[in-house]
Amino acid sequence: MKSVRQTALDVQNGDASALSVLEESLAHIRARNDELHVFLYVDEEGARAAASAVDERVARGENVGILAGVPVALKDNLCQTNIPTTCSSKILEGWRAPYSATVVDRLLLAGAVPVGKTNLDEFAMGSSTENSAFGPTKNPLDTTRVPGGSSGGSAAAVAAEMTPLALGSDTGGSIRQPAALCGLVGVKPTYGLVSRYGLIAFASSLDQIGPLTKTVTDAAMALEVLAGHDPLDSTSLPEPSPSLVAHVDDGVAGKRVGVVRDLIDGADDDVVAAVERAVEVLKEAGATIVELSVPEFRLGLSAYYLIAPAEASSNLARFDGVRYGLRVNAADVTAMMEATRTAGFGDEVKRRIMLGTYALSAGYYDAFYGQALKVRTLTIDAFRRAYQEVDLLLGATTPSVAFEFGSKTADPMAMYLSDVFTIPSNLSGEPAISIPFGTGEAGLPIGVQLLGPGRSEAQLFAGARVLEIADGRP
Amino acid sequence: MTGLRREDVAHVAKLARLSMSEAELDKFTEQLGQVLDHASDMNALDLEGVIPTAHPFGLINVVRDDERRASLDHDVVIAMAPDAEDGRFAVPRILGEAP
Repeated sequence: MKSVRQTALDVQNGDASALSVLEESLAHIRARNDELHVFLYVDEEGARAAASAVDERVARGENVGILAGVPVALKDNLCQTNIPTTCSSKILEGWRAPYSATVVDRLLLAGAVPVGKTNLDEFAMGSSTENSAFGPTKNPLDTTRVPGGSSGGSAAAVAAEMTPLALGSDTGGSIRQPAALCGLVGVKPTYGLVSRYGLIAFASSLDQIGPLTKTVTDAAMALEVLAGHDPLDSTSLPEPSPSLVAHVDDGVAGKRVGVVRDLIDGADDDVVAAVERAVEVLKEAGATIVELSVPEFRLGLSAYYLIAPAEASSNLARFDGVRYGLRVNAADVTAMMEATRTAGFGDEVKRRIMLGTYALSAGYYDAFYGQALKVRTLTIDAFRRAYQEVDLLLGATTPSVAFEFGSKTADPMAMYLSDVFTIPSNLSGEPAISIPFGTGEAGLPIGVQLLGPGRSEAQLFAGARVLEIADGRP
Repeated sequence: MTGLRREDVAHVAKLARLSMSEAELDKFTEQLGQVLDHASDMNALDLEGVIPTAHPFGLINVVRDDERRASLDHDVVIAMAPDAEDGRFAVPRILGEAP
């Protein structure tokens, strides 16, 4: 598939029809979806209708939007009217959303063509898609390995050339980690920049929707469309959508970049080497490099694995077999709820619900949840101090390249530890981008991460673009 | 060690409306214990006086004008229910003989 930018240009100029672009996308999906298990649902009919509508607008000479004719894959925790939405959970199997997420409406308004729903770890809880109730997604670059998670299906869709754009959600790294493992650009925007309305909640104070693409410019285009105030999300920032594409080539000359040991140490040698090369590239591009130590980031993992489950245990209480989704009948209502939830949730979701319930329960609230909220404050303060010295931070996205199926499933803690570099940005609500930079073990892609203060996306894209060019993608 | 006990896990499962087999209780006690042990590194910190953060940018109340606006159609909502009766959600008996 061509890039988002090229596809939109071709469709806007009449050099390609949105329908022909869609047919190419559908052909790629048909060719590999059985093998890779990327899409849980493909909406051929709806996508053809959306593409035809774009073509008609082009024919009438109307403005068709900046994502005209761009096929887009949606993570299956995003609602789209009358389309099955499962969160990869048996508890929602067969449920069709009665309304669309704001991001879906925004994509359609910009001329994009949603083609279907992608696999994820159940309720976005996981780092490999191995927690999907419907089976894992394979990494298109090496099918013996995971694509990352939880937005693994969305990452695989772009990596396998099924769509040039996919949306994911990032609660502790769920966009950036699969982007790194599949060789893509992945963005976790500033909390509140993108409306969460219609995103089925995992941990509401941490969740953000963002794009996965092959190029930095494509990601900037998509985020311009997704961002902006939404009265339907009370945590939505009031400011208008920022200008991003115009700043992609701003470079990093004169910027101060903090290289954070705590976002590098413990990673595999190939990953460390990639970050070190990225440091050199940014220095040559005119940035000032400052070595930083931010030990609070390490503590972030402990805080996250109490805060996110605590919020999840509350959010997932709504799945009780009464109003929608699965019901397993039993003699009385309490037994029905228990039977429904026991049959409907997988092990990882149960682990997190129980962890969260425990952390919030009488006698343990202060020791666990209360303590975690204070550590969250320490993390935010640490970021604030760092940004008094530097403009942005650089680190690894993940400790390793894509790992093999089954290598971490027996040990939940080992899986959790793979999120250590991505979690701090979710705790602070600040943006971060993962950008492919070189390859490591078995020729697999490595992601490096740029982090910045709230609403500094334009600066992150500019930094990522410098790395992209240096990595041979002009 | 946080000393998470098997009966704590059984109690939490009950609160969360999940039923556990004996084997699952063993497994979850071990796995949850590991996560809580890892989290105990926070206990070594002096957090006296640190203000807890529940939300990254501090939530303030968001209000709108109190006026009617479109919402989901009643029939659409009821059609999603596993069981319904006369346009209402139907559930198994709530009151009955004491267990």
